[in-house]
Amino acid sequence: MIDTLAILAIFSGLFFFLSGSIGLLRLPDLFTRLHALAKADNVGLALVALGVIILEPAVVNDIKIVIIWLLVMAASAISSHLVARHALRENRNDD
Amino acid sequence: MIELLWSIFDIMLVLLLLALAWTTCSTQDVKRAVTLFIAMGLLLAIVWARLKAPDLALAEAVIGAGISGALLLSAIKDYPVTPMVSHRSRLIEGIINSLTLALTILMSWAVWHGLNMSDGIRLSEQVFSQLPVSGVSNPVTAVLLNYRAYDTLLELAVVLTAVLTVLTLNEKRSDYQGSTSPLLQGMTRWLVPLLVVTSGYLLWVGAHAPGGAFQAGAMLAAAMILLQLAYPSRRAEFNNYLLKILLVIGIFTFVLVGLWMMSRNDDFLAFTPAWAGTLILIIETAATISIASALTLAYLGGRPGGWEGRGSEGKAREDTHRTSRSITENGGAG
Amino acid sequence: MISEQLLYSLAGIGLFGIGLRATLLHHMLLPRLLALNVCGAGVFLIFIAIAYGGIDVMADPVPHALVLTGIVVAVSATAMALALGRRLETLNDE
Repeated sequence: MIDTLAILAIFSGLFFFLSGSIGLLRLPDLFTRLHALAKADNVGLALVALGVIILEPAVVNDIKIVIIWLLVMAASAISSHLVARHALRENRNDD
Repeated sequence: MIELLWSIFDIMLVLLLLALAWTTCSTQDVKRAVTLFIAMGLLLAIVWARLKAPDLALAEAVIGAGISGALLLSAIKDYPVTPMVSHRSRLIEGIINSLTLALTILMSWAVWHGLNMSDGIRLSEQVFSQLPVSGVSNPVTAVLLNYRAYDTLLELAVVLTAVLTVLTLNEKRSDYQGSTSPLLQGMTRWLVPLLVVTSGYLLWVGAHAPGGAFQAGAMLAAAMILLQLAYPSRRAEFNNYLLKILLVIGIFTFVLVGLWMMSRNDDFLAFTPAWAGTLILIIETAATISIASALTLAYLGGRPGGWEGRGSEGKAREDTHRTSRSITENGGAG
Repeated sequence: MISEQLLYSLAGIGLFGIGLRATLLHHMLLPRLLALNVCGAGVFLIFIAIAYGGIDVMADPVPHALVLTGIVVAVSATAMALALGRRLETLNDE
């Protein structure tokens, strides 16, 4: 029961990562690609982290995993912001 | 079933790694090559974690992908936009390709043959048998700082030499001219204390869990680089005296401890088992500070005050100007 | 199936070959530097693959320590090569 829940969470997280990668490869514009990547980072990682937390017995490690997820979200938000800002300033809309 | 899944995972990881390496080496755009190289560093960290090398995974993620990536990105900032193609003739390209392929096949045969021979005596047996008296319980730290401490001392010397070269060669690179994002500055205010605490944790925990001086030092360097990126106008002038002390303190402590142990035990860097843990912690702390300042300075570059060359290239330029001016004057007159 | 040691050793040799070919083919500094780092990564992979014992067995720690030293030395050498390259550019421009 616990295992099925964890596997379900991890696989749905993987689905988000897959769609983020497809978006990175197929979308036409820099800004749309950033948008796709943000989904992969935030929701995908959250679901994978949820699955791992379900499987992990020690509470200390669960707290660490949540902190890691928050830090990755912050890093992805900051880097998307910086990339988009730089692209806007250079008025570049392509790669 | 589990075995099959693990094999599929291994094969996909290896294929992805090879594909990333191939694209890094054969792409024509500089920025793409550097970005793919950073991605390959992160993938390599996953490979180290898969092969049960967690200390290496930490080190590769921080040093191989983080510091190396920052160095390369800073270097291609003003790079000319020429595509990176090889200008060799077709004949030489063919020779290089075939020779490399032959070498690869030969090495594969050698490795396959070597892995099929019987296992010799592995040093790991001796490492694990002597682990209780080494002062730490993480075997990699024991090897790095107790059994092969001399190698680590020389490694610190190599890092110092590289940093001295970087510091004396070039003028300070011009900083980012645009305005920095307040978002970045806000997040840096949160991240840098976190990085410092994590670095201290990695240093302490290296004795009994994956971690150690190099990972901690590189994380501190990453924090300093982040500070430099977020607040470029507030770049502090190097305090020369403190700089020299910080760069050298790792090697200095190491050699001091070694000489002290030589006076007690008749052997350079032979730790007495009762003090081994404490001595290793002292050496690691000094090494962390040294590595952090060395890697930060390797990124920042520039010449600290008082370290200029003899001014020879400035004088040479002056002489050339004087000579060319006198030639044109004389040419105009005569 | 193929053992993990052999698989990752072959991957390391492949990385080394890719990097070696690119080092010899290019003539500018930066692609050669990247390719040399790829060579180094291949060598590290061979070390760690040989040190790998199995999923339940502790890995051999001596190659781990050697590769850790190697990673730090590789990044220092990269920094030094970049500084030298930049200096050569300035000298060539004068």
